[in-house]
Amino acid sequence: MLETPPLANGGREGLKMTTKDALIKYCLRLGDTSLILGQRMAEWCSNGPTLEEDIALTNLSLDFFGQARTMLSYAGELEGKGKSEDDFAFKRNEREFYNTLLSERPNGHFGDTIARNFLHDAFLYHLYSALRNSKDEIIAAHSAKSIKEVTYHLRHSSEWMVRLGGGTEESHQKIQDSINDLWMFTGDLFAMNEVDEILIKEGIAVNLKDIKKNWDNTVNEVLHRATLQRPEDAYMQSGSLEGRHAECLGHLLAEMQFLPRAYPEATW
Amino acid sequence: MEDAKKLKEFQAKIDAEIKIEPKDWMPEDYRKHLQRQISQHAHSEVIGMQPEGNWISRAPSLRAKVVLLAKIQDEAGHGQYLYSAAETLGKSRDEYIEELQTEKAKYSSIFNYPTLTWADMGAVGWLVDGAAIVNQVSLQRTSYGPYARAMVRICKEESFHQRQGYEIIAHMAQGTPEQKAMAQDALNRFWWPSIMMFGPHDSDSPNTGNATKWKIKRETNDELRQKFIDKTVGQAEIIGLTIPDPDLKWNEARGHYDFGKMDWDEFWNVVKGNGPCNKQRLDHHKKAHAEGKWVREAALTYAHKEKQKQLVA
Repeated sequence: MLETPPLANGGREGLKMTTKDALIKYCLRLGDTSLILGQRMAEWCSNGPTLEEDIALTNLSLDFFGQARTMLSYAGELEGKGKSEDDFAFKRNEREFYNTLLSERPNGHFGDTIARNFLHDAFLYHLYSALRNSKDEIIAAHSAKSIKEVTYHLRHSSEWMVRLGGGTEESHQKIQDSINDLWMFTGDLFAMNEVDEILIKEGIAVNLKDIKKNWDNTVNEVLHRATLQRPEDAYMQSGSLEGRHAECLGHLLAEMQFLPRAYPEATW
Repeated sequence: MEDAKKLKEFQAKIDAEIKIEPKDWMPEDYRKHLQRQISQHAHSEVIGMQPEGNWISRAPSLRAKVVLLAKIQDEAGHGQYLYSAAETLGKSRDEYIEELQTEKAKYSSIFNYPTLTWADMGAVGWLVDGAAIVNQVSLQRTSYGPYARAMVRICKEESFHQRQGYEIIAHMAQGTPEQKAMAQDALNRFWWPSIMMFGPHDSDSPNTGNATKWKIKRETNDELRQKFIDKTVGQAEIIGLTIPDPDLKWNEARGHYDFGKMDWDEFWNVVKGNGPCNKQRLDHHKKAHAEGKWVREAALTYAHKEKQKQLVA
């Protein structure tokens, strides 16, 4: 007997996506985004510009991993097939990850990391602010906890934006270039599909068009304080909702997943 | 004359177990000894982030990853307050870092060994932090106040690190045959360098000098090494791993374990810069420092500009 086909196509093959299926996908989006940001920020360990900043950067990493663990565990619980946070983190392939395209961008130099984080923090700040009112209790509780972390993340990255923008000529140029280079990945933050449609109706998710307006305000305000130019909205990259990523994600996952993949029988 | 009187008062304080504080008079050799020792300790914490940092991206579970990351962060914190303690002796952190990068200052040689498998995260926590704790517990009673107080705080965190390392290696030792082999291999590679962390035999120790009289050092290298070995042998037995020393055996008369000869040629070679990772560790530190230069300059320039603005307003 054939099994019911999985929902890999978002239910497009005539199968209607249930609220639960949509919620699982939504948890993976949030969880994967935090996971990948956590992995990126951990790369800063022993590489920070000062010892104090090294500690700050890995603090962000720890927060992100904490958020990822909550969301991936919840996805497993909803799915009901006994999958753990680690099964989701270590046993899925590139095309099954739903993190934002921005989150996976390589760290580059300190300015690149700050610019990436700033654009992303502003997004998560407004997203989690709104999701505190989610009708799903776990999402609401997760957001209430995460907003505290994301608030100081945004403060941290905004302050560095202002310092680098208003620091030396070199730092001003570097951080402007970083923002320019990353801009094409910001459109993907606000992409929506059937998952959002279903969950917005249920009062579980929020309309990312509304988040975009708030994001614009925050970004404009900080760029202004940092004496930086907002890039023109040119062509935006997309694909995270379909698990279509940049090449760099495959390398990140290959490294991250190596042990559980090499020793599938082992526990650690 | 004046100095002789001051020296007498200084020694009287030491003998009465009164801590020496930054503003107190102290002999120049005492100051120099502490500058060297505390900064070396700080550098060890900071360089020590690298061998463990080597496995953060590959930690085998999310829990293992955050535990390891939090641990390395603790070490960065230890570096931070040890530099602060060292700064109370009249030299800046920048000067100490300069000494590290120009190889005038050392750090613990153990970090010049590579971490090759995940089991090494267990071995480093269990053995390297375990050896460090034995030394640091003793240093909680050192005569210089800021150093002694830093040690109290550090010891609390280090004992947690050691348990966590032991947990990793114990779990692997009970795991699949491959995991058990990795655990034994890690012990084989880290055992001898760990027991040599305490430094040369008392008879060959160049930096002891007045350190004992001034109560900077409260126990000798050999006493500390023996303590470490005595407490570690049983821990290896419990998890079924074998310490790679055929001469290791309980000596009823001494009430201690006897152990084999250490390879001091290897030790001095690694100290002199010929270890597998000396160059790598130092290059990494220099690279990160150099890459952060424009950031530190930007932050200073910005702070300066803001201050000017406030003055004008």
